[in-house]
Amino acid sequence: MPTRAQSLAEAARLRAFFERAGATPVETPILQPAETLLDLYGEDIRARAYVTSDALRGEQMLRPDFTVPVVQMHMASGADPARYTYAGEVFRRQEQDEARANEFLQVGYEVFDRASPAAADAEVFALMAEALGRLRLRAATGDIGILMAAVRGLDTTDARKAALMRHIWRPRRFRALLDRFAGRAAMPAGRAGLLADPSPVPPGVPQIGKRGADEIEARIAALRADAAAAPISAPEMNGLDALLQVSEKLPLALQRLGDVAVDLPSITPALHRFEQRIAALSQRGIDVDSLDFEASYGRTSMEYYDGFVFGFYAEGRPDLPPVATGGRYDALTRQLGRGDAIPAVGGVLRPGLMLDLAEDAA
Amino acid sequence: MSLKLGVPSKGRLMEKTFDWFARAGVHLSRSGSDREYAGTVSGIDGMSLVLLSAGEIPRELAAGRIHLGVTGTDLIHEKLPRWDRQVEPLAELRFGEADLILAVPQFWVDVQTLDDLDAVCAAFRRRHGHRLRIATKYHRLVREFLRQAGVSDYALVDSQGATEGTVANETAEAVADITSTGETLRANHLKILDDGLILRSQATLWQSRVSQFDAAGRAALDDLNSRLLARA
Repeated sequence: MPTRAQSLAEAARLRAFFERAGATPVETPILQPAETLLDLYGEDIRARAYVTSDALRGEQMLRPDFTVPVVQMHMASGADPARYTYAGEVFRRQEQDEARANEFLQVGYEVFDRASPAAADAEVFALMAEALGRLRLRAATGDIGILMAAVRGLDTTDARKAALMRHIWRPRRFRALLDRFAGRAAMPAGRAGLLADPSPVPPGVPQIGKRGADEIEARIAALRADAAAAPISAPEMNGLDALLQVSEKLPLALQRLGDVAVDLPSITPALHRFEQRIAALSQRGIDVDSLDFEASYGRTSMEYYDGFVFGFYAEGRPDLPPVATGGRYDALTRQLGRGDAIPAVGGVLRPGLMLDLAEDAA
Repeated sequence: MSLKLGVPSKGRLMEKTFDWFARAGVHLSRSGSDREYAGTVSGIDGMSLVLLSAGEIPRELAAGRIHLGVTGTDLIHEKLPRWDRQVEPLAELRFGEADLILAVPQFWVDVQTLDDLDAVCAAFRRRHGHRLRIATKYHRLVREFLRQAGVSDYALVDSQGATEGTVANETAEAVADITSTGETLRANHLKILDDGLILRSQATLWQSRVSQFDAAGRAALDDLNSRLLARA
């Protein structure tokens, strides 16, 4: 195990590497307002982040990652385009596995650039790969943007598309919704009766709470509209199933997704971006013929990524978390930018893990 | 040192625990006045009684400061994330039965399941500009339950008592609380979701997996175990 001093020195070395690549070093506060993170991630963040509070500022969280404060800083005052690097501790509450660190160093590199998303994706990935040096790691990549484009292009109601988009990062719930919208799952018991009943609120039931009768009526109307809408077609469902199963090396993945686009033509622009990214990665010296692509990658753990996603994993050490992760988060800049938005992509490394693995290899 | 048994310090839970042990020939009693939290044990050698708040018993077991403790499954699961590594159930006491459940207003005729709740959470947030609030004191259990069910856009608000009243008072839209007969829920015009059972709980005798035993304590535990076995 490396000492803390060794990890700090490694973090400083990596940050200097990203500075030489053109990034401005930035610092962010360790205490973050809890409300921003809760609005973004929901209550689940409480299982992953330490919460503290005082009587004046209310709930605060110990920084669980740098991306959110760096995006906020950039949206408030950043230059355009901009590249940033940072190094510091992040804190992760652990409830299941005490072997996992609850405090560790991260070094990151973030690119806010409108010019060429494909080039920026490749720039971040290639710099991460270079920073990781000779460690024996397996890289995994994916692209949440392709699945999002497929959902947006479905020939179904906007309400269904919105429900699917909301759960794109929760594969089980996404699948349950999809099966229902395709008519593959039965209507819940009692639902037919509710929809047929002209006045479903029985008399004598007091209206309590903040959710009003108009909201209940609006939901019943929405359920009736949904029941009347045609199911998502079999070709589209087959297309989605095929899309989610794509797991190949990059060029072959593009080819498979091209086949999927026959049933789901709306993914074509996202596939052009994928193709441009492959070319940009290749230009940066990445061996794309041996790089893995999984269409479902990044759907469970990376909640704000909405395009290119990647991770680097130690071979033969499934017990370890990824040594580096990253991806594109255009939508996050819009959410945190109060109406403003800019294409953004970034990644983080874990210097402590890198030293650990280098010792193993030595 | 002896075998330390932690028991809830007041109310029906204490009395029923005393009765339960008495049927195994172990006589527990509170010494001195009603206000004094000290206890005595007779009918078995090498055991001592520690009276504690039911909510503190999980922590004391996990720290190994008591060897045995009586408390509800709900509190063990809520307070000890890896409870199965920290404590072991020795016997279910068949009282203190209660379910941790998720309930919404009866008036919400459009909500029967967690699926419905999730859809309503999304609409509620759009309409009111804040997440749908669920009042509870079982934060970890409820959050984990909702995460596994894929429910999002809700907020947990802390409620340490009179939780069923929070909806009418408009400090929450739904509740997650312990119920045994459902009467308090009905009186407050709430209903349980069809798939809203989070945990079945009852008073249980737990053994700490981390506490150290001396010879006298080990002998007392063996004695107690053989009496429980004989009774079963």
